[in-house]
Amino acid sequence: MLKYTKLAIVVFGAISLVACDDNNESSALTSEADSALEYQVTVSNLTNAQPFSPLTVLLHDTGDVWNIGDSASDALESLAESGDNSTLMSSSFVLGAETNGAVLPYGQSATVTISTETESNYLSLVTMLVNTNDAFSGLNKVDISQLAVNQSLQYSPGAYDAGTEGNSEAAGTIPGPADGGEGFNASRDDLNIVTMHSGIISSDDGLVGSVLNFEHKFDNPVMAVTITRIK
Amino acid sequence: MSHKHFIAAGFLGLFSAASQAQDLTVTLTNLTQGIHFTPVIAASHDMNAAIFHVAETASAELTALAEGGSIADMSILLSNAGADVIENPASGLLAAAQMTSFNLTNSSGNDYLSVAAMMLPTNDGFVGLDSWKIPSEAGTYTVYLNAYDAGTEANNELVLTGSGAPGTLGIPAAPGGDAGSNGTGVSDAQSNTNIHIHRGVLGDTDASAGASDLDSRVHRWLNPVAKLTVVVQ
Repeated sequence: MLKYTKLAIVVFGAISLVACDDNNESSALTSEADSALEYQVTVSNLTNAQPFSPLTVLLHDTGDVWNIGDSASDALESLAESGDNSTLMSSSFVLGAETNGAVLPYGQSATVTISTETESNYLSLVTMLVNTNDAFSGLNKVDISQLAVNQSLQYSPGAYDAGTEGNSEAAGTIPGPADGGEGFNASRDDLNIVTMHSGIISSDDGLVGSVLNFEHKFDNPVMAVTITRIK
Repeated sequence: MSHKHFIAAGFLGLFSAASQAQDLTVTLTNLTQGIHFTPVIAASHDMNAAIFHVAETASAELTALAEGGSIADMSILLSNAGADVIENPASGLLAAAQMTSFNLTNSSGNDYLSVAAMMLPTNDGFVGLDSWKIPSEAGTYTVYLNAYDAGTEANNELVLTGSGAPGTLGIPAAPGGDAGSNGTGVSDAQSNTNIHIHRGVLGDTDASAGASDLDSRVHRWLNPVAKLTVVVQ
């Protein structure tokens, strides 16, 4: 009977999503292991020379990972300055969190698979561009509630500035391989609002004291993302 | 809005096995201020063919296109894959802020549209569209295109005659006549050897020396670098 239901979902695609939404009424259904929903998030790093910190994928019904014009949360500050996603992954609004647990080199792709027993409305994605002071990229609050099995959503996100650390590009302030400097620092010496990133300058372009060079420049989009519901 | 669009595309992709031929009118506009596009190649094709995919290595055909503006080999590749190919609709270079239009009738099953042209003056930069799903519904659709780096040549930013041949380092031409000479070279190594978003050029303001032959005030851009309007009849 259960198998028959799943088959119907595949065949009728978006139409049967309505029925899917009601699954939480039946404890018998949701307790079955194969009633889990599963999503694959594939990310390609499109920058020239900005490795990405371990990818962080979150499921949630409330909350935002960031909002343009608002101050970054401490959890986002930590991720955007150091690449450390542990605080964000354990944030109270998060219903499920996964990471690939490894740096994603430029020019490469990686996939994070996340599953959940109960449907979540939103999926978010965050990663740091590690050869910067506090640049990050990702997706905030993608509505996945209408996504049927085998359907995909595609995005090309740009780079954001957490606004929690001045973009000095100076030695000792950048955690990535271009510097090997400090990651997280609790002081906030920038605008203290999240904005789109205006790019790096680099020593090649005349910023005295910058440890970055022409290789580390980037333009948007910095990543290609495909979200596919596989169960 | 775009969310719904993708849902619809996915839904149709699942259930429409064989599509019908469509008549398309395509207009490509160069949105940059100081960059020329070399002869444009466009094609409708099935999901197994492509001009390029990001985060993958460039083919020899794309290398020839991105380093020297040659679309001949890419045209053969696409034709052999059963694509409907349009070559050089602008009859040469497409200058900044200029547009070119062409008609394309896609064969049944060729549901994806791809476009590419080299950007001059760059070492191996190109404007591209990879496998955009052609809508089955009649209407006018707009897609913005980004600048990519083929990852096949170091961006030394030196304008050198004859450097359009794959593997020969340099920028083959600066059609605007606004580049310098005698630069020392910006970079002789390529960090990222896969196709990626172009980081832009460095340039400088010294026409007869400096690291780059490019003018940082002229030869710069931000994405998107082109606008594609597709009218599905």
